[in-house]
Amino acid sequence: MNNPFVKNIIRFVILILIQVLVFNNMNLGGYMHPYIYVLFLLLLPVNINRSLLLILAFFTGLTVDYFAGTLGLNAAASLFLAYLRPGTIRLFFGNHEFYSGEEPKPSSVGAFGFFKYTLVLVFMHQLVLFYLEILSFNHFFFTLNKVLLSTLLSTFIILVIMLLFSKRSKK
Amino acid sequence: MRNLFVLIWRNQFFFLFILLEIVSLVLLSRSYSHHGTLAYNTTSDVSGNVFSTYSSITDYFDLKENNLHLVEENTKLLNGLSSSFLVTDTQYVYRDSLFRYIPAKVVSNSITRSNNFILVNKGAKHGIEKEMGVISQLGTVGVVVGVSKNYSTIMSMLHSNMRISARIKNSGQLVNVIWDSNDYLFGNVIDIPSHIVLLPGDTVITSGNSLIFPAGVIVGTIESHDKGSNKNLSTAILRYITDFGTIKHVYVIDNLMKFEQDSLLKQVIN
Repeated sequence: MNNPFVKNIIRFVILILIQVLVFNNMNLGGYMHPYIYVLFLLLLPVNINRSLLLILAFFTGLTVDYFAGTLGLNAAASLFLAYLRPGTIRLFFGNHEFYSGEEPKPSSVGAFGFFKYTLVLVFMHQLVLFYLEILSFNHFFFTLNKVLLSTLLSTFIILVIMLLFSKRSKK
Repeated sequence: MRNLFVLIWRNQFFFLFILLEIVSLVLLSRSYSHHGTLAYNTTSDVSGNVFSTYSSITDYFDLKENNLHLVEENTKLLNGLSSSFLVTDTQYVYRDSLFRYIPAKVVSNSITRSNNFILVNKGAKHGIEKEMGVISQLGTVGVVVGVSKNYSTIMSMLHSNMRISARIKNSGQLVNVIWDSNDYLFGNVIDIPSHIVLLPGDTVITSGNSLIFPAGVIVGTIESHDKGSNKNLSTAILRYITDFGTIKHVYVIDNLMKFEQDSLLKQVIN
């Protein structure tokens, strides 16, 4: 598990499967539709090549689309997230020193820092996703409601996942 | 020219973003029309296998309820057997079958998106083709839009491009049913002429005009009728009879006369 390449591939496969098999079928109150596969993009190393980040985001989105039958939808939203990621990291963790290959996890940037970072990027992702999906402003507030509730739910689930799978500090 | 390349290289992050975003939107744009959905979809045995493995596990959870439904349906079919009737007439009218029903099991389903699809475990191998109608034991479900060898994708009634020709059961009035992407329980009945007044509970059935569904399959019941003040055509809210949230077994309808009907229609048009 120490090889970052292998680690990320495993993370990718697991998150995509959970997304496609569990969360894509989830429907809370008819509104909330959690997208948690973005966690893969959120946890990529901070100093990752930015173009590589975009390409990874594109293919992650396409994979989810492939299973959901919405080719291009998640890809577009994930790309937007990836585009905003470096700026968001600079904004929130500008003072923080990351070592090479470090991931923006709660253990390194703090629980609240990670929460802010996740909330903002997940919001941007779902904003693009839901409005592109419906492609109209006819149900503007209905869609906005969907975006906000889904963002909160996705963020909550991502934090729970992080809590469950974070290693205890070894000190 | 060289400067341009330098500019692009320096801002490769931005330009790559724009480029990939355009690729995604082009891919996506195909799904916004009915024909695009028919022509490009990702039905494949790869995704089908993943979903069917998963559903083979989750199916156990609602086995009881499904058995009940099947028993109910079997009873209905048994009641329809010729042996179930007292034959008093010696005349027997032979009727050629018009429709063949192919049973299929849902392996993946969505209801929360603006465009929802259902994946079922039967495909080209079992005789399923694009543009076949799909019903559940209760009523309409959707139309097949993609077929692979073993799986097919159904555009569910909960799809923004869905539009089926329907009829009000008691008046015989032709209307159309669409879904305006809000709630998976309700659809919209449009093109209701002003002289028609619908009451909650009125049944809406398929018209049989479309070659996709046989006539008389229940679509749903009227929930409320909004008689617009000065419109010629009003709209109504319809409650789907099929519960898309729990749907497990469907029947794909093969219209055996479709080829003949189609070619006849073409003759008339040309």
